[in-house]
Amino acid sequence: MKLLYFAWVRQRTGIAEEDATPPDSVKTVLDLVEWLRGRGPGYAAAFGDLKALRAAVNQEHAAFDAPIRQEDEVAFFPPVTGGGVAPVDRRPE
Amino acid sequence: MIKVQEQDFNLAAEIAALTRGRTDIGGVVSFIGLVRDVSDGAKVAAMTLEHYPGMTEKQLSAIERDAGARWPLSASLIIHRYGRLLPGEQIMAVVTASAHRQAAFEAAEFLVDWLKTKAPFWKLESDGGAESWVAARDSDDEAAGRWEKG
Repeated sequence: MKLLYFAWVRQRTGIAEEDATPPDSVKTVLDLVEWLRGRGPGYAAAFGDLKALRAAVNQEHAAFDAPIRQEDEVAFFPPVTGGGVAPVDRRPE
Repeated sequence: MIKVQEQDFNLAAEIAALTRGRTDIGGVVSFIGLVRDVSDGAKVAAMTLEHYPGMTEKQLSAIERDAGARWPLSASLIIHRYGRLLPGEQIMAVVTASAHRQAAFEAAEFLVDWLKTKAPFWKLESDGGAESWVAARDSDDEAAGRWEKG
């Protein structure tokens, strides 16, 4: 399985991409997150907060219950922030 | 058409290329996003845009196809830059062309709203010393959400 990490997920894991072979019990994106958390303190920091994390499977946005297979490309990243100006300019409180 | 590139762009030249030889287009709407020097009250000295090569093109193409399915567009273009950008620089642009202006205006706004929530870009802002990742805004999801068929 090809794994890719972007933005602060990449900074915390310390790598941009890797090939991994999770055990057969890893059947969903969430299973993969839980497996990755156990791989070291950097991974634990990167995958600690699900609310701050988004995933893509084979370059499509995916939910945490999406199924995954060994041949998939799975990416983890923070919510995306493309584009230019915000549609509503919110001042700090 | 989708262009994901590090270099700057000339929108007039892009529009000219998009409409060259076409006599069916009644109007062209364009939007350019620029880098601001202030973000949520904090000074921005520079910004670095990271993206997911492959997925970026795939997502932008899907958004463009969606727009083409909703409005009768004669042509459209999405340009998005990545890499290091300074305040005042162009960061992205959307161009829509149609026989009638309403379709072009609406489709342009749709594209800008959706690419902010779908395209895999992340902004690292620097104030000259400290760097921080820009958090997604709920207002972006709300802006994109108003296009959901309800």
